[in-house]
Amino acid sequence: MKALRNYLDSVKPNFEKGGKYEKFQSTFEAFESFLFAPATTNQGGVHVRDGVDLKRVISMVILALIPATIFGIWNAGFQYYNVMGQADSATVVDCFLHGLYIFLPMVIVSYVVGLGIEFATAQIRNEQVNEGFLATGLLIPLVLPAGVPLWMVAVATAFSVIFAKEVFGGTGMNIWNPALIARAFLFFAYPSKMSGDAVWYYGEGVDGHTGATALSQAVNTVEPVSFIDAFIGVMPGSIGETSALCILIGGLFLLLTGVASWKVMFSVFIGGALTALCFNQFGPETPIAQLPWYDHLVYGGFAFGAVFMATDPVTSCRTECGKYIYGLLIGFVAIIVRVLNPGYPEGMMLAILFMNTMAPLVDYFIVEANVSRRKKRAIAK
Amino acid sequence: MSDVIKLRKGLDIRLKGRAETVYGQAAEPELYAIKPTDFWGLKPKMAVKEGDNVQAGDVLFFDKQRPEIKFVSPVSGQVSAVVRGERRAIMAVVVKANAAPAPVEVGKLDPASASRDQIIEKLLATGAWTYFRQRPYNIIADPTAQPKAIFISTFDSAPLAPDYDHIIRGNEQAFQDGVTVLSKIAPVFVGAHNSGASKAFTSVKDAKVTIFAGKHPAGCVGVQINHVNPINNGEKVLTIQPQEVVAIGKIFAEGKLDFARIIVLDGSQVEKPAYFRTTLGAQLSNILNGNAKLDGARVISGNVLTGTKVQPDGFLGYYDSQVTVIPEGDKPEFFGWITPGFKKFSASRTFFSWLTPSKDYDLDTNTHGEPRAIVVSGEMENVFPMDIYPEHLVKAILAKDIDKMIDLGIFEVVEEDMALCEFVSTSKVPVQKILRNGLNLMIQEVG
Repeated sequence: MKALRNYLDSVKPNFEKGGKYEKFQSTFEAFESFLFAPATTNQGGVHVRDGVDLKRVISMVILALIPATIFGIWNAGFQYYNVMGQADSATVVDCFLHGLYIFLPMVIVSYVVGLGIEFATAQIRNEQVNEGFLATGLLIPLVLPAGVPLWMVAVATAFSVIFAKEVFGGTGMNIWNPALIARAFLFFAYPSKMSGDAVWYYGEGVDGHTGATALSQAVNTVEPVSFIDAFIGVMPGSIGETSALCILIGGLFLLLTGVASWKVMFSVFIGGALTALCFNQFGPETPIAQLPWYDHLVYGGFAFGAVFMATDPVTSCRTECGKYIYGLLIGFVAIIVRVLNPGYPEGMMLAILFMNTMAPLVDYFIVEANVSRRKKRAIAK
Repeated sequence: MSDVIKLRKGLDIRLKGRAETVYGQAAEPELYAIKPTDFWGLKPKMAVKEGDNVQAGDVLFFDKQRPEIKFVSPVSGQVSAVVRGERRAIMAVVVKANAAPAPVEVGKLDPASASRDQIIEKLLATGAWTYFRQRPYNIIADPTAQPKAIFISTFDSAPLAPDYDHIIRGNEQAFQDGVTVLSKIAPVFVGAHNSGASKAFTSVKDAKVTIFAGKHPAGCVGVQINHVNPINNGEKVLTIQPQEVVAIGKIFAEGKLDFARIIVLDGSQVEKPAYFRTTLGAQLSNILNGNAKLDGARVISGNVLTGTKVQPDGFLGYYDSQVTVIPEGDKPEFFGWITPGFKKFSASRTFFSWLTPSKDYDLDTNTHGEPRAIVVSGEMENVFPMDIYPEHLVKAILAKDIDKMIDLGIFEVVEEDMALCEFVSTSKVPVQKILRNGLNLMIQEVG
């Protein structure tokens, strides 16, 4: 440890202004502060500070994603053997290894492209590299289907990092959730590859085998997958989104550590459940409208969106009261899109992006209420 | 019966090195200093020069714009140094004592028969007007303006803060006398703590007492004002601390200008944390030497959230009743961001230390991370028990949006109220500095 510290100190001058590698200063600092928490002390203002920093918060998000990721990797492999008709003979290890074969390249592409852009922009702006992408880089492959070509992962990541994040000023300044923008970009730019059943293929080659997701079946069939199966998540779908169980384990971790807002998380589920319940009671007689409300919460990306996407503090409402409204409306819009727009059965992505856009407006009204309360107080005197 | 206001939000930072209610012994120092830097926005004009002999109570310097506001010497002796900083700004006026500090005779004045103007005149003449600070801005008050109220917080909820019940013991009558004097200037509001506040505070006459319960910053006078009688646009409120009230009481009832102050010396680097009897502006070396481990330590005049870093031979701040000594945190930490963190204190629950809420911590001055854009939401709100949106206010200040700053309540807050917001900030936002920039901008633009 001491030797490593000494080594870093000895090469550091090369990366400082005027040094041999000054173009990599941000990169060096990012790795240095990754290895060693910096020795800077508080000057002016408070003399002691809370132990938490953004690195730690992002680490908590990544830890929370681990159950869903591990299950997703296994499930991707299992779905492959399933459509190949070898599900009975494939062991857990086989499934896991094939899942890794699918998933690992996606993660590597997403991190290399995303972090590359992050490091470059940090250097251009003369800023420190922000940790935000460490979570986004894992989220992007988790919200994509297993069969998506790697070049599409790369293009989507680049698009979302540049146009959803860096143009606004980087982590903390973005309006929309970058991982969802990556997915939305693919959805709208390559609709033929991202919608319908074709995308959920697991085999190799051009006309690979396909597996329909529970949601797309639900358009025509009443309850195609039972609640308990969908809850455990052995079904086709985006890599990280299928197992509500694993997602909830991660969600519980986020709530215990206080990283995610329980207000947002619960309101999304409540908003979704209530809306689905209304459709069950008063909706049209289509299979999707009659899909039981509890199934809505475990089908598709609902649980994943509620736990990991809606709770992104940067793009959600920042007032405590706003968080309830924000969450409820995400649940509401997601179910509306699912039920009333059978052309694209998954509404969660669009619901969250829509409410990301509306969140500042919700906050605006809540803050204005505070302002007018203060003004009234002065008049009442 | 007084009202009780229970504050739900807030945070108590439990630090090691809490002082018992005992007194330590330290020789009176030779040097005393009044530092113009303790007063926001003050442009001092010297009344003495280096080498002049002064008596206790003599004017050292005054406010250039309002010459009636005087800053007086706490001891008799010789002006040994006028310390200047950048652009020759006066940083400190140091007096070398030639006699032990003693109260100065200034003549009694019965507040019952004196007019408001006479009282203010007396306060100005003795230099005691500087004991008040005015909201908005936390600056020395304008003696010609009529404040809406005077607020006294009789407890300090900051980490390792002194216990005013203990400090005030023996001076209960002087405190009451002081409150009576203040009540002639404006209505007086006293905030007291719900557990064990002394009778001197809870049954004080000529004032409205409000009882507060809750964590820090319940003891911050700004928080109390916000709950009892909030400052509206255009209104002014004076604040004053208990020891200064006692000093004012003694001026009027006994005719004595007394610069004696009681301070607490605590923090994890202090071997025997204790209270000390000392004098306004005293040099700290006699108190620190032998009592605190100063190697690799930071000496703070005030508490760890709002205090000022001073050298071990520095001077007590004008409004401070506390000196804290904590270790400097200037060492890199291997994989600091992922350790389980039993020893780290955090308002978030991302460290295992949240499982041991009653443990005391030995915190150092490390920043524990680097500055970032604001990401985590709700953390400032959780430690800010006022009807104000702290994060939105901070952003309005950063944007220099004056109308919005007023709308969002900048007149109601000063640094100490928002210090916890800075402490908990995951993105290490320098909230107090930002707020002061905003307040300075308001002084310039609005006045």
